[in-house]
Amino acid sequence: MTATLLLWSIFLAQILLVAAMACATIRVLRGPRAQDRVLGLDTLYVNATMLLLTFGIRTGSTLYFEAALIIALLGFVATAALAKFLMRGEVIE
Amino acid sequence: MTHLADLPVWAAIPVALLLLLGASLALIGSIGFVRLRSFYERVHAPTLGTTMGIGSVLLASMLCFTVLQSRLVLHEILIAIFMVVTTPITLMLLARAALYRDRSEGSDDVPAAPPVPPVQTAAPPAPDAAPPV
Repeated sequence: MTATLLLWSIFLAQILLVAAMACATIRVLRGPRAQDRVLGLDTLYVNATMLLLTFGIRTGSTLYFEAALIIALLGFVATAALAKFLMRGEVIE
Repeated sequence: MTHLADLPVWAAIPVALLLLLGASLALIGSIGFVRLRSFYERVHAPTLGTTMGIGSVLLASMLCFTVLQSRLVLHEILIAIFMVVTTPITLMLLARAALYRDRSEGSDDVPAAPPVPPVQTAAPPAPDAAPPV
């Protein structure tokens, strides 16, 4: 009973998160300017982190947690570097 | 899926609700991100997912693993702290970069840059001032 409830809610949450990632991808592809694309990439990273966490709950392994942590770290570094590039035209001065 | 069947009902229902809440908040934020018009409005939308959304999913994960392993599992707090620290930084950097780009193109949609105050130079000493004793 609880397994069925949890499986269905995890499945629904995964569908919602994939739809959210699709919205962010639309903005990345369509975005009129570069800052929209960078923000879309950041949203994509956050949604991917949440999707990996739901995978972790589904499989019951903590391996996915570490992947989610690494994706969150890389997302921050990537967005900060891209914002710096938009501002200055170079990343490391 | 044996481990999910081990979860008692009082833990399974909050886990399911928190997961659905987090995922729907992320979806609402992303829909707003697609639909809003200007970049300065769009910058606000994904924060729905980065604050409450990921917080709910992390709470669900913590509750699930704490009950399953019958010990306190708190390492998801790492992601929560990281998100809380980094999201304002990245969004502020992005908004400032966008503002700089819009201003350098002379766009009318953004307020103009504040006037730069004149640089204060050291005043030359008055010629008839008394010499310091």
